[in-house]
Amino acid sequence: MTVTDVLVCALGLLTVGSALLVVTTRHVVRAGLWLVVTLGSLAGCYLVLTAELVAWVQMLIYVGAVVVLLLFAVMLTRAPIGPSDDLDRSRWPALLVGAGAGGSLAALLVDAYRWHSVDLPEPGTAERIGTEIFREWVLPFEVLSVLLLAALVGAIVVSSTGRR
Amino acid sequence: MHPVVPYVLAALLFGIGVYGVLVRRNAVLLLMAVELMLNAVNLVFVTADVSIVGVPRSGQVFALFVIVLAAAEIGVGLAIVLQLYRLRQSIAVDEVDVAEREDAR
Repeated sequence: MTVTDVLVCALGLLTVGSALLVVTTRHVVRAGLWLVVTLGSLAGCYLVLTAELVAWVQMLIYVGAVVVLLLFAVMLTRAPIGPSDDLDRSRWPALLVGAGAGGSLAALLVDAYRWHSVDLPEPGTAERIGTEIFREWVLPFEVLSVLLLAALVGAIVVSSTGRR
Repeated sequence: MHPVVPYVLAALLFGIGVYGVLVRRNAVLLLMAVELMLNAVNLVFVTADVSIVGVPRSGQVFALFVIVLAAAEIGVGLAIVLQLYRLRQSIAVDEVDVAEREDAR
């Protein structure tokens, strides 16, 4: 066990614990706030795994924008403030499928990687990632910008109330 | 550093996301569970970047691409959810009837 492993384990426990609270809490607003903890500790994991730029983008986009959007949606749909009992459907089929998916994926990855050890590469700073994007992945980058524009226009069209 | 630790973490996070998508009735909570699954995929990309020899840092680039896709998905998804609430006064996903109502025309 190296320092990296201990840090990833600790942040991973925090991530899994708060993710479990996101899907089990009976308060709608608290689910959004636990999501902040999950995404923040996952950003910490990225930082430990040398993905600097990804960690900061995660903080900016997810914790900054996506969670705020979700909380806006919670308020616009007049979700109750207190605990509500009708948030969940029958639990057992979902538990079976979720545990099956997570457990089998974990077993597959444990079998593939065992206790194999690797050295961490140079940290992925903004300069290195930017060079990589514009050297190898220019076309996906441009397609993604078109997709983002299409999603923006689509969201405006869907939410506009104008009647023909 | 042992890559199996973050890989198992990502698998568990994906399982929790699947459970959340299947068990939640509120559409906004369902979108939160989808975000958990997308984050599990991001963690796999970042871990694969340090553990597999290939084009250096392409895993991190793809994690950035997935973050952009998730932002687009959440924008369109919440627009649909708000429109659903405006039409039906409810965002419980098992109360959405797909059949077209006569008075909705």
